[in-house]
Amino acid sequence: MTDGSFLVHHFLSFYLRAGCKVCFVALLQSFSHYNIVAQKLGVSLTAAKERGQLIFLEGLKSCLDLLFGEKEQSGQPSPLQFLSEGASDLKALFDFVRMSLTPAGSDSWKGPVLLVDDLSVLLSLGAAPVAVLDFIHYCRVVVCSQLKGNIVVLVHSNEDSEDEENELVVNSLCHHSDLILWVEGLATGFCKDVHGQIKIIRRVSLELTAEKDLVQVYQYKIQDKNVTFFARGLSAAVL
Amino acid sequence: MSEICCFKGHDLKFYWTINWVVILLGIFLLALTLLLFIFPKNKENQRCVVKIQVGDLSNKKEKIPTVLVFTEEDKYGLYSNLLFKYFLAEGVVCGHELFVASAKEHPDNILKELPAPLLDDTYRNELGEEATAVKSEDFQDSMKIAWRYQNLPKMEASPTSTKFGHYYDVSKTMPPELFQSINWHSFYLPEELSLQPKMKTCNMNSAYTRLLQSIQRIIYQEGFDGSDPQKKQKNILRIGIQSLGSMLWGDDICSSDTPEDIHSLTKFLYVLRALLRKSLSACIITVPAHLIQNKAIMERVTNLSDMVVGLESFIGSERETNPLYKDYHGLVHVHQIPRLNSLICDVSDTKDLAFRLKRKLFTIERLHLPPDLSDTVSRTSKQDLAESAKLLSSGCGAMAIGKKHLDF
Repeated sequence: MTDGSFLVHHFLSFYLRAGCKVCFVALLQSFSHYNIVAQKLGVSLTAAKERGQLIFLEGLKSCLDLLFGEKEQSGQPSPLQFLSEGASDLKALFDFVRMSLTPAGSDSWKGPVLLVDDLSVLLSLGAAPVAVLDFIHYCRVVVCSQLKGNIVVLVHSNEDSEDEENELVVNSLCHHSDLILWVEGLATGFCKDVHGQIKIIRRVSLELTAEKDLVQVYQYKIQDKNVTFFARGLSAAVL
Repeated sequence: MSEICCFKGHDLKFYWTINWVVILLGIFLLALTLLLFIFPKNKENQRCVVKIQVGDLSNKKEKIPTVLVFTEEDKYGLYSNLLFKYFLAEGVVCGHELFVASAKEHPDNILKELPAPLLDDTYRNELGEEATAVKSEDFQDSMKIAWRYQNLPKMEASPTSTKFGHYYDVSKTMPPELFQSINWHSFYLPEELSLQPKMKTCNMNSAYTRLLQSIQRIIYQEGFDGSDPQKKQKNILRIGIQSLGSMLWGDDICSSDTPEDIHSLTKFLYVLRALLRKSLSACIITVPAHLIQNKAIMERVTNLSDMVVGLESFIGSERETNPLYKDYHGLVHVHQIPRLNSLICDVSDTKDLAFRLKRKLFTIERLHLPPDLSDTVSRTSKQDLAESAKLLSSGCGAMAIGKKHLDF
């Protein structure tokens, strides 16, 4: 039951406050959910959208427009085009991301950021794992290499998962990532005061300097407007 | 406990008698401490009766969270059907609109079998009797050994003070006059097969497509999505879908290891989620999860739902006769709780829940094990007995006691 979604809220408000242009592909929850939480964290998503800093793709709403919409959307195909026609690639989604983050002339934002919540949903909607990985690859080329930005992706995974497609995507993402934040429940079971454990893995090994990855482990407790992190075993309830 | 003492003959006998008394007393005190440690004097019989209630309409500013409750059916579908009917009955009593979909049973019949609501007085009386019965057994001695527990708050025998939801009597059906005031819609698959779906199919099973279309039509026509600003009073739509994913819905995930289309169910759930988020509605779905061979589908379905509850009934399993579970009819597994509009979720104290169906009430309680009054230090469960039987037969005399028994 441990969920890394608090990290998504954190990164969203973090990058918006830092003045970056953010393209948020929100597949699992509605806009109002993120807005309400972001307000608790001190950022207004509505205002960010209005000034063009945040491009928000609400997957749920797009899906309804696509399936129940009576007329064709003007010009651009829906980002979730792959749903309706059984098209096997996520090209439309990639085009959406590319167009959102390519800087327009008047933009003065710092580096672009692509935030995805959550990638495992694409598999549930019928996209093949290879298509999902291709999508991420294309995004990396554009966002990271060309536009010098960042990509933050949330995926779900289970230790004893039987979802092979999902595990394939997760493993591939882990191999290519510079930083992995691995959120899991406590090995000892449920605890009211410590909600889980986060492993921060800095992929130093990718830099080919013969160093091992740096791994740090902290435990955390989620509160209403904040998340507190502490070293293992040093929860406030215990001290 | 091994001392070498030198005593004269007659003193030895006396000494050993005293030793035995000391040892026995020690064991008795130990047992007492253990008992008190595990079961403090106040009976931990808190009944947390679970109510599924959708928010309060009076606060118009606050958006009502739309919860997709997903129940994994128990093997024979008895208890999950009961939960399903509870959800719908609560809707009737609160005056919400209902949408019932089923491929198995006609929704009219389902609605005829909803449990009757209990008027507050009768229920309180019943609970009150049980509460007094419990209290009379408590005695207010101050604790001598487990005195640390003295200051802990006593557990409430039953939550009579909370006014959240209603209680139902499962032995009676709801009187038809309660239905008069509410609107309800039904979707019975065999009757709907003749109509052509108008929405884009997106490669989904046609039964699911029809169901989605029907739900979308009701939401739009009745104005649950706020599309009709002139609608005077906002109401909530309670959707109940029975046995989704079963063969009756035309899906083969329950009958085959390698189903033809593993994405239909998850796509359906995604679109349903989208419809619920857009409107003032809540939905309960029961799924025969034990029949779905491909566990990946259940994992995906769990991710797509707000709340996932699994019911494991003891009927036909070895647990039915296990003395540990004699008070209960099954276990409740909560796989997911909604985390809507906030960073945290409402996490309860305990994750061990069990349910039981009494003559009139269906209750979900904290799993409470009876005191262990066996001779061995740890409880015997069937597994241990089986293991010790195996060891006995293999001839290892000394090891025949079983792994967990620590006898000195």
